[in-house]
Amino acid sequence: MQELVNIFVKGIFIENMIFAYFLGMCSYLAVSKTVKTGVGLGVAVIFVLGITVPINYLLENYMLKEGALAWLSPSFAEVDLSFLSFILFIAVIASMVQLVEMIVEKFAPALYGALGIFLPLIAVNCSILGGALFMQDRQYATIAEATSFGLGSGVGWFLAIVAIAAIREKIRYSHIPAPLRGLGITFIITGLMGIAFMAFMGIEL
Amino acid sequence: MKFLQNIVEKLEPQFEKGGKFEKLWPLFDGFATFAFVPKHPTSKGAHIRDGVDLKRTMITVVIAMIPCLIFGIWNTGHQHFLAQGMYAGLGDGVLEKFFFGAWRVLPLVVVSYAVGLGVEFVFCIIKRHSIQEGFLVSGMLIPLCMPVDVPLWMVAVATIFAVVIGKEVFGGTGMNILNPALTARAFLFFAYPTKMSGNSVWIADSENLRANVDGFSGATALGDLASTVGIDKTSETATAVMSSFGNDGFYSMYNSFMGFIPGSIGETSALACLIGALILIGSGIGSWKIMFSAVVGGLTMAGIFNLAGANAFMDLNALHQLLIGGFMFGVVFMATDPVSAAHTETGKWIYGFFVGFFGIMIRVFNPAYPEGMMMSILFMNVMAPLIDHYVLQANIKKRQKRMVIQTA
Repeated sequence: MQELVNIFVKGIFIENMIFAYFLGMCSYLAVSKTVKTGVGLGVAVIFVLGITVPINYLLENYMLKEGALAWLSPSFAEVDLSFLSFILFIAVIASMVQLVEMIVEKFAPALYGALGIFLPLIAVNCSILGGALFMQDRQYATIAEATSFGLGSGVGWFLAIVAIAAIREKIRYSHIPAPLRGLGITFIITGLMGIAFMAFMGIEL
Repeated sequence: MKFLQNIVEKLEPQFEKGGKFEKLWPLFDGFATFAFVPKHPTSKGAHIRDGVDLKRTMITVVIAMIPCLIFGIWNTGHQHFLAQGMYAGLGDGVLEKFFFGAWRVLPLVVVSYAVGLGVEFVFCIIKRHSIQEGFLVSGMLIPLCMPVDVPLWMVAVATIFAVVIGKEVFGGTGMNILNPALTARAFLFFAYPTKMSGNSVWIADSENLRANVDGFSGATALGDLASTVGIDKTSETATAVMSSFGNDGFYSMYNSFMGFIPGSIGETSALACLIGALILIGSGIGSWKIMFSAVVGGLTMAGIFNLAGANAFMDLNALHQLLIGGFMFGVVFMATDPVSAAHTETGKWIYGFFVGFFGIMIRVFNPAYPEGMMMSILFMNVMAPLIDHYVLQANIKKRQKRMVIQTA
């Protein structure tokens, strides 16, 4: 239990997808104009990460890894399908995103309109595939750990996007020099937020 | 004063529209209004609707920092001579200590002000607005939160970074999201960690002293404490460190409160910070809500650690935790920065609480950054707009509900 909480907290603060790895930047920069849309996309990312990481974990451990197919028959113990992992991970992610898209369209049409192209684009969001690949790389022991990692990373991404959305709402009436307005200042803010998040780097849990 | 006023009045036409130095008007205006009440009303920039304008506000904060500065100057000398075994008594060699301290500290102050104001002037002239006084405070905060041995050029680089990236790109005073002084400190901390942490920077001329004085450590209270994390609290090293926090130790409660310990220039004395806090609260410039809730937050976290007690650092008395390191200085002067703190009244309580909470937490959990206070204030600066947003939303919801009840 302790271990699960640690992985979860690590995913939020210490190994934050945005500020530690700079993954998933495109939608983070584009959809963070208001807190409302930020929350919408953030929740979608939590959901997708929380579902795809465990599914991919099962795929990884019962299909792709070297010797993972041994449960079918001992003769498969030599088989290594890990070259397929990219394709399979992406396929899982894309189908999950389809699901999220349908849910959002049905229950929150306004949010669906506001998110626009970025909702289907979660499928190619680096933080989602990054979550799956980190899971593969770090070799979590149980599916519970993988789930907790997925949810933690999602919450970290959510926190990052709502925080920057609130800052962008706050600076809307600032006299920012014209060439920096829009994306330029957002990059600078992200860098400064990265400095602030470095507070947690190096904490051992 | 009359003499000065004559000069100002004589020079004024040259800087006004059509005059010879028209372009340098912000420069003239900045100096003239520094000494005299301006004739023209403020038209741009951050406004405070009060008889006190931005410049007076800033000067009050600078005055509140004077006790910290004076104590810091004395303590720089005190620590330096103490390490050599000279003038060990508090009353001994006061003049020498002041002289030595001033010789080390004042250059930092001068560099910080000269570079920072220089950058501000350049931006004012390019953007053609009057000088914004925000840097008066940052210029004093930057040297006060630096270790005494930091090279002057680093202070200059950090100041430029803080003023340009931390403030001017957002549109100048009143628009920044992070506290500029802390941005400068964090910049140096991550760019040149060896000059901002460790055992060789807190006492003037540490390198020399280490070579020549036996048993010179040069560490701060927090540095010593961080070394006890991860080892058994009954071990020899841990008990030796903890005994220095006892009543007769070097870091005793009394010494920590008065500030007779090594550390960044202005941060060591909790007493000087408290005097500053009184000035800030009395003049209504600093928010007592933030200070109070930050202390509560710090005590809460330290209390939780006391209960957990997993290592020697966690066992340290909660009140003692608040007195060492930059906690008091950060709470009084950094966290209360009205620009980067939360703006709503409820938000201030939440913001302050988490500043203290995270400050103690990072300090104990993260052995790499014993100065948790800096990071926690920066982190909460980032989160403050979000807190404000949700406080506002909650208020809107509450009032909407009231509306419905009345109309129904």
